[in-house]
Amino acid sequence: MHEAWRYFLLFFGASIVANILLIRFIALCPFFGVSNSLETSLGMSISVIFVMVMATSVSWLAWNYALEPLGVGQFLYIPTFILVIASLVQFVEMVIKKTSPPLYRAMGIYLPLITTNCAVLAAATESVKPGFFTKLNIAYNYGFLESVVYTLGVAVGFSLVLIIFSAMRERIDLAPVPKFFRGVPIAFIAAALFSLAFMGFAGMFGL
Amino acid sequence: MEKERTLWGEFIKGFITTNPLLVLMVGLCSSLAISTKVENCIFMGLAVIFVLTCSNIIISLIRNFIPDQIRIPIFIVVIASFVTIVDLTLKTVPAVYERLGVWIPLIVVNCIILARAEGYASSAKLMHAMMDGLGIGLGYTCVLLIMSVFRELFGTGKIVIFKRTIISLGTSKMPVILILFPGAFITFALFSALLQWYQQRRKPGTREG
Repeated sequence: MHEAWRYFLLFFGASIVANILLIRFIALCPFFGVSNSLETSLGMSISVIFVMVMATSVSWLAWNYALEPLGVGQFLYIPTFILVIASLVQFVEMVIKKTSPPLYRAMGIYLPLITTNCAVLAAATESVKPGFFTKLNIAYNYGFLESVVYTLGVAVGFSLVLIIFSAMRERIDLAPVPKFFRGVPIAFIAAALFSLAFMGFAGMFGL
Repeated sequence: MEKERTLWGEFIKGFITTNPLLVLMVGLCSSLAISTKVENCIFMGLAVIFVLTCSNIIISLIRNFIPDQIRIPIFIVVIASFVTIVDLTLKTVPAVYERLGVWIPLIVVNCIILARAEGYASSAKLMHAMMDGLGIGLGYTCVLLIMSVFRELFGTGKIVIFKRTIISLGTSKMPVILILFPGAFITFALFSALLQWYQQRRKPGTREG
């Protein structure tokens, strides 16, 4: 029970309390890039959840079974992780194209974009160098399952905010906005209010 | 003389016409997250200038040997090597390293650097690529500094660099929200609206529909 509660806290902390988009400002480029319509943000969300969990799993294995035993982790983790992510994305793209054309049509165009989605690299890095965990009140011991749960939380938090925000932007398009604030500036103002709302989660469950 | 002028043009365009943050809208994440303190921005700006210029130089040098199909992985490996250099160098300043945290490895996926490698350095001469890297890097740093000065000065009432107070407004009753998370979005929205206002004033013929 205690163990399950800890995993829940990890998930909740990563997805809501320290939301990757609104509280930590990671991965803002896709956030403003694809949040124009609800449909594209749904496609992006599914792809991100899928790729992020796989990328962290592989990066964790690479760190614990290759880089760390050889003692080169400090010097090679950046190139290794980014190569893992890039090749993984390519691989996933090919597999999906072969096995499921409808799914490929839904998330195909977002997959190359994910390579440069900072959230993927951030989650992979933090699964082995948990600077962020020290800010939340969670005991963390670099386990495989913990890394995966944490990454899942980050990805779900990303998707949640992306989908809500794209619905908001579809509504804003119809609103009478002051002339110079049309387009990008009003989107940022909306994001500011959204972020203010998420700050209300700080401290929940003692996180 | 002609050649020097074009080099200067490559350098200067990063500030205004192709400013990475305000015009191209790339590299937003890091700029919003770390612009709470001027000190952070100085280090982040230096890191980005270094990585951008060096990777532009290397990519421009090897541009004729790179097979077209695998150019993106090669660019990323070049960038990642320079980011590792920055990562290990900044470790000597533990206070700053701790605050910048995950943003240092994230320079690898900073869209600015890959965009310049792909869109410019892979088809430009050495000197041009170098000046482009310096210009874009300085343009990024400038916006970062302006944003952070605005946020730190009006959010906390004073600017502190290396534990020395540079400017102080003499009061602590300030809108703290500017250095909190929503403040980043609001600051950027104001800047971006200002730029739209400026652009629309310069061409009065254009009317919104």
